[in-house]
Amino acid sequence: MKALESLLVEKGLVDPAALDLLVDTFEHRVGPRNGARVVARAWVDPAYKERLLADAPAALAELGFTSGQGEHMLVVENDSKVHNLVVCTLCSCYPWPVLGLPPVWYKSAAYRSRAVIDPRGVLREFGTEVGEDVEVRVWDSTAELRYIVLPERPAGTENLSEDELAALVTRDAMVGVSRVTAPGEKA
Amino acid sequence: MNGIHDMGGMQDMGPIQYEKAEPVFHAAWEGRIFAINSSLRARRKWNLDAWRYQIEILAPVDYLRLTYYERWLEINEQLLVKHGLVTAEELATGTPAAGSTKAVQATRISGVGRGIPSSHDPTVPARFAVGQRVRARNSNPIGHTRLPRYARGRAGTIERDHGVYTFPDTNAHYEGEHRQHVYSVRFSARELWGEQASPRDSVYLDMWDEYLERA
Repeated sequence: MKALESLLVEKGLVDPAALDLLVDTFEHRVGPRNGARVVARAWVDPAYKERLLADAPAALAELGFTSGQGEHMLVVENDSKVHNLVVCTLCSCYPWPVLGLPPVWYKSAAYRSRAVIDPRGVLREFGTEVGEDVEVRVWDSTAELRYIVLPERPAGTENLSEDELAALVTRDAMVGVSRVTAPGEKA
Repeated sequence: MNGIHDMGGMQDMGPIQYEKAEPVFHAAWEGRIFAINSSLRARRKWNLDAWRYQIEILAPVDYLRLTYYERWLEINEQLLVKHGLVTAEELATGTPAAGSTKAVQATRISGVGRGIPSSHDPTVPARFAVGQRVRARNSNPIGHTRLPRYARGRAGTIERDHGVYTFPDTNAHYEGEHRQHVYSVRFSARELWGEQASPRDSVYLDMWDEYLERA
């Protein structure tokens, strides 16, 4: 690996400073905290939520998260009747600007194969029970659209600030494999 | 191609291995190949679809055996050689051929952009409308496709028109962009998987115009 990098640097094909910047960006600047801020804003500001569901790239840009050049983001909302789950069965498509790089399990054969054929089994494996009266919608990211789940705001969080709410929102909830829980509540 | 990468609906792949507090990169070299990959992609010698196809044509045993970033390392080396940026000998020795250093200026990359063109193009007509019943074509191309096996021949409903996108099946092979509409198509879980699936559940796939026919 080191040999490849030094070869490419010597040949002028990559710039080591640019590589450092990319690594730093994805280790420290881009990640699920971005998505959590979007979710918390949508929970406290109904007008923002409406814009987010109608035109996610524009609503994300309002918070400073730009989704590349024309890569399109869609937000799908969980409620008492619908539970959404995101997967990429063909590779590893994932909403980088708001969630960062995907975890290993998301890219694994186990998740990719089973999320579409047995979503309720997959959810159970994550400790998420979804009632038979709830529709499970699986989003297979087969094109250049990227999906993020807007989880349900947990009960008992009415008095929390936007920042406190954002701190509750997990990566897994925005992929749709788990729910957001209130402080002290069991997952 | 009906390859190992097309995993939707396969069984017996084991439990999902979940890592708590997982780091972005598990070792420094993963970050380096991630960044090298982005930098090389930005040179636009190969497009995203060709890049994906290169992963898909890894031997199935290698695809399963290699970790995610090991695959990236492997296919970047293959693409570098295939497109004449590096020779196999240079890769083997780690030393640039005489006179080949600093042949081109490295591009400084800072953004997250993946270079996908805009989806707004009023000159490309949509063959299908929201609410229409459609069927995914039963086709088995040997090249790159984003139509998974599990949806082929199945009927669904157009839920949304996403606009116009480059067609990966041709673009991956440098046979033109053939820009066309992409739709969100809803398939009931029972249409895809039969009686074992919950009657309420559904799977949404994003499908290019050419993947669909009237149901």
